[in-house]
Amino acid sequence: MKKNSFTHVLSLFPKLLALTLVIGLAAPSPALAKDKFRVAWSIYVGWMPWGYGDNAGIVKKWADKYDIEIEVVQINDYVESINQYTAGAFDGCVMTNMDALTIPAASGVDSTALIVGDFSNGNDAVILKGKPSLKDIAGQKINLVELSVSHYLLARALESVGLAEKDVTVVNTSDADMVSAYATAGVTAVTTWNPLVSEILAMPNSHKVFDSSQIPGEIIDMMVVNTKTLAENPKLGKALTGAWYEIMSVMSGTDEAGIAARTAMADASGTDLAGYNAQLASTLMFYQPAEAVKFVNSDALPATMKNVAAFSFDHGLLGEGAQDANFIGIETPAGVVGDNGNIKLRFDPSYMKMAADGKL
Amino acid sequence: MKRLMNRHPGSIGRVFLTLLPFLLVVLAYAIASDIRLSENPSDKLLPSLTSIGSAVERMAFEPSKRSGDYLLWVDTLASLQRLAWGVGISALLGLVVGIANGVIPYVRANLSPFVTALSLIPPMAILPILFIVFGLGELSKVVLIVVGTAPFIIRDLQSRVLEIPSEQLIKAQTLGASTWQVILRVVLPQILPRLLDAVRLSLGASWLFLIAAEAIAATDGLGYRIFLVRRYLAMDVILPYVAWITLLAFIMDYALRKVSIKLYPWFHGLSKQGTAA
Repeated sequence: MKKNSFTHVLSLFPKLLALTLVIGLAAPSPALAKDKFRVAWSIYVGWMPWGYGDNAGIVKKWADKYDIEIEVVQINDYVESINQYTAGAFDGCVMTNMDALTIPAASGVDSTALIVGDFSNGNDAVILKGKPSLKDIAGQKINLVELSVSHYLLARALESVGLAEKDVTVVNTSDADMVSAYATAGVTAVTTWNPLVSEILAMPNSHKVFDSSQIPGEIIDMMVVNTKTLAENPKLGKALTGAWYEIMSVMSGTDEAGIAARTAMADASGTDLAGYNAQLASTLMFYQPAEAVKFVNSDALPATMKNVAAFSFDHGLLGEGAQDANFIGIETPAGVVGDNGNIKLRFDPSYMKMAADGKL
Repeated sequence: MKRLMNRHPGSIGRVFLTLLPFLLVVLAYAIASDIRLSENPSDKLLPSLTSIGSAVERMAFEPSKRSGDYLLWVDTLASLQRLAWGVGISALLGLVVGIANGVIPYVRANLSPFVTALSLIPPMAILPILFIVFGLGELSKVVLIVVGTAPFIIRDLQSRVLEIPSEQLIKAQTLGASTWQVILRVVLPQILPRLLDAVRLSLGASWLFLIAAEAIAATDGLGYRIFLVRRYLAMDVILPYVAWITLLAFIMDYALRKVSIKLYPWFHGLSKQGTAA
């Protein structure tokens, strides 16, 4: 980008002023060993356990064990929660693998996927009105949340039938209004996630033509924490991971406690137990830490992240500084994807491994 | 010594005092941004003025890589068209219904409470109904602006009509004017500058509803772009867009005021020559 002299002068301006003026707007510098941590979560089938674990006192129990405090905050707007995490208001936040790459990592906030909770196995779907086959999508207008995992799923779906994004028109539509949008006559195709998918499929003449079970393991839901905070405070990682797998063992049970836990999560997400169980059925939950460790260690993960990085770069999500899809380094146990010198997203199975080995 | 309340800044002093708060905001921003960037050079929350400058250059003066459009202008045109339709229809509705409500007791008894009730419904809360009735295209965006602003303009104009001294209306009738002639010759000329006033005051709400509509479902527009790039925290694009929207809104407000002064000097306490009466 060429710099003209005017913008060059502008760029010097703040530096001179910062020297002469002290204003209370400075970002508070994080204390080296702080004991209080804040993590954010938002409503989604695979993240409801955080709310439950907070209410049931499981998170507090594990925080107490490691002598720290963890505040679990529910944010109603998913993207806003990631933005807040990226800006530094939270030490950890739940998000998908793609958003972890395009928001915090692309903003230079070195982030670690501490817990890989699940991957979408049918929760995200492409739905056509009145047309039974994916090939019919050509030339249609498709309502979806642009630049989200839905957009990624659509790109993969189009690829699978030899089409490209230029063969369709994408209409950015808020997820909050997706169901009512689908009910209007002008909308003939949507790509979205659960519980919206089941709402929409319940309407007459709706056909699910592609879903995330056809690209298993590519849309991953995880708890992401700031890498620096984690390195300075391994206790945070241990407490969060310990709490998570205790919640998992409770909720995966078929006993009364398990049913009560899932009912609480169902209530909190605005559905009933049957509805929540249906959503869980299209989510591959890693109830056992060993399963998650195996998934993170696999060769498939770097391959997936390569796809995600390519999609993100094509849509300008890696920022203006990115010259190609390899601009940001993504570290996985099976190898680094992208630039080794600019690693901003790390998949670290070590805490889940501790949980699997019973060392927490 | 002159009292403080009687001391006026000179013309240069006035310009300086006007610009001062703006400069202070830019300054505070630049410092805060610099502090954040020194900790993390890729921070996107408060981008440097340089990167905002290059984002403006990219959005306004370089064709987009994906579509080949100059995005800022495409977005501006789309938004202004929707706004013009919405505000225009609201103003027309306001004028017609407001005058009818104000002048004709039978219409007032019939419509006035209904319009009051309508104006109290938060339009954002009934969006799904608007979508199903008006679809997701341009129409529903215009309708949202109209639903959001027309009842306010109607109510305002109705009470302005009722404020017209009854002597004027009686005088016109003793001179033989029919209801229609009273509306045309007595009410309308006095209401038009008040319509411009009401439109000015409702511009803020119109922008709000426009941006809300574009955030919900769109393929272009200023609100669309802001909500789209928010997905990856591109504040370097959002901040200039916000400044641009503010500027556009300011220009519209200023232009409406100038038009009102030009066309209705008496309303602003001015003679035809534009001097104070």
